[in-house]
Amino acid sequence: MSPSSADLLRQVKSEIDEVDPAEVKELLQEGVVIVDVRETEELSSGLLPGARHVPRSYLETRIEGIEPDRSAHIILYCASGNRSAYGARTLREDLGYEHVESMTGGITLWKDRGYEVDVPRTLTPEQRDRYSRHLLIPEIGAGGQQKLLDAKVLLLGAGGLGSPTALYLAAAGVGTLGIVDDDTVDLSNLQRQVIHSTQRVGIPKVDSAEETIHGLNPDVNVVKYPVRIDASNIMEIISGYDVIVDGVDNFPTRYLLNDATVRLKIPVVSASILGFDGQLSVFKPYEGPCYRCLFREPPPAELAPSCGANGVLGVLPGTMGLLQATEVVKLILEIGDPAIGRLLLYDALAATLSEVKVHRDPDCPICSRPPDEISDEEMGVFPDYEAFCAAAG
Amino acid sequence: MAKIKIPPVLRASVGGEREVNASGENVGEILRDLADSHPATADQLFSSDGELNRYVNVYLNDEDVRVLEGLDTAVGDGDTVVILPAMAGGR
Repeated sequence: MSPSSADLLRQVKSEIDEVDPAEVKELLQEGVVIVDVRETEELSSGLLPGARHVPRSYLETRIEGIEPDRSAHIILYCASGNRSAYGARTLREDLGYEHVESMTGGITLWKDRGYEVDVPRTLTPEQRDRYSRHLLIPEIGAGGQQKLLDAKVLLLGAGGLGSPTALYLAAAGVGTLGIVDDDTVDLSNLQRQVIHSTQRVGIPKVDSAEETIHGLNPDVNVVKYPVRIDASNIMEIISGYDVIVDGVDNFPTRYLLNDATVRLKIPVVSASILGFDGQLSVFKPYEGPCYRCLFREPPPAELAPSCGANGVLGVLPGTMGLLQATEVVKLILEIGDPAIGRLLLYDALAATLSEVKVHRDPDCPICSRPPDEISDEEMGVFPDYEAFCAAAG
Repeated sequence: MAKIKIPPVLRASVGGEREVNASGENVGEILRDLADSHPATADQLFSSDGELNRYVNVYLNDEDVRVLEGLDTAVGDGDTVVILPAMAGGR
């Protein structure tokens, strides 16, 4: 005679080790691997602190991604302790995990005892749909998407570089995008500044960018700064951002931004463009070189094509801006190898992407010192901007 | 003989070329050869005392010559010298 479900459950529980919630609570601090095997829709009321989630139906295929070591101490739980019992038997009998236990009574008993739970911030059904291609990538997943949604990224400039960067960061679901730009949309911008449009010529760039971003992704909170960044406002504007995207068009602001971000330890994804050439690097304070380590001094004004209008291939800021957006996403997700200590050189005419090494300068006037020793007076020390550009003629 | 990559701001000084060849045993000689062939580059590369200007970065292949032997860094056939001043365009 075939066993009933109840018989089978009794049989399984007799073959595995069970552990009481009180004991699990004590083990939480000791690096035990705790796996919640419930279905995704059951998680909204909370998980055990530090628990990983693998639905029972995926347990065999995904457990090695969480803990490949067969001798590791693993505790499974579900709602009441039945599904986790079956899971524990499978891990032990079929996959050879030696130290697997099922928590008695599941999370229901855990909560009845008044123990702490982590209530996950889950994506809405619409967000799961919108970001589904991210959720399918193991390096991102729901956790990574939540990091993107929680991230605050500041874009210096809604121009050539800032346009594509803002569009793709908004599409990717970066939750807060600050945009600093005091300019208005001009017809000559539209050859490359794709976040703006012909209908919006004459309106402030921050407003135009906001409209496009919200049309693309209403999840994004746009913070507008229709000002020119300078020594008097930079600390207030950049404080609280996780990553800053430098697409500014002049040297004084680049040096000022460097000094302020080193002081606040905010990473900067920096790019610049001219003609058919682009440069990109990530400056992560105290982990890699800063902008002054790379370029201790700006070139003299006559050799600094940063004042006024310079020619640029319309596509080029798209290419460089999207490389910047990629680096921003990597920094937020803490994946891959960001371009720290490397300067990427893109030559559009040659169709080559090469790189040179950038070293921390032990004598760097800024980042060779602790951040709290960098004074207001030292920040952005640079020839006067108006004089600098006037000298360029 | 080594190849020198010319940055956009210096291209007008070398007849619009993006790469030029130059001779020399080390980085200093290579850059001097460039300056001799294209005098308009001299002031942009070297200060009045003959040192490399601080705002010009020079790399041998992918390494900054300042962490090598500076202008004395030996250059072999097939090496590439990259001249790289800062650029600030973003718009």
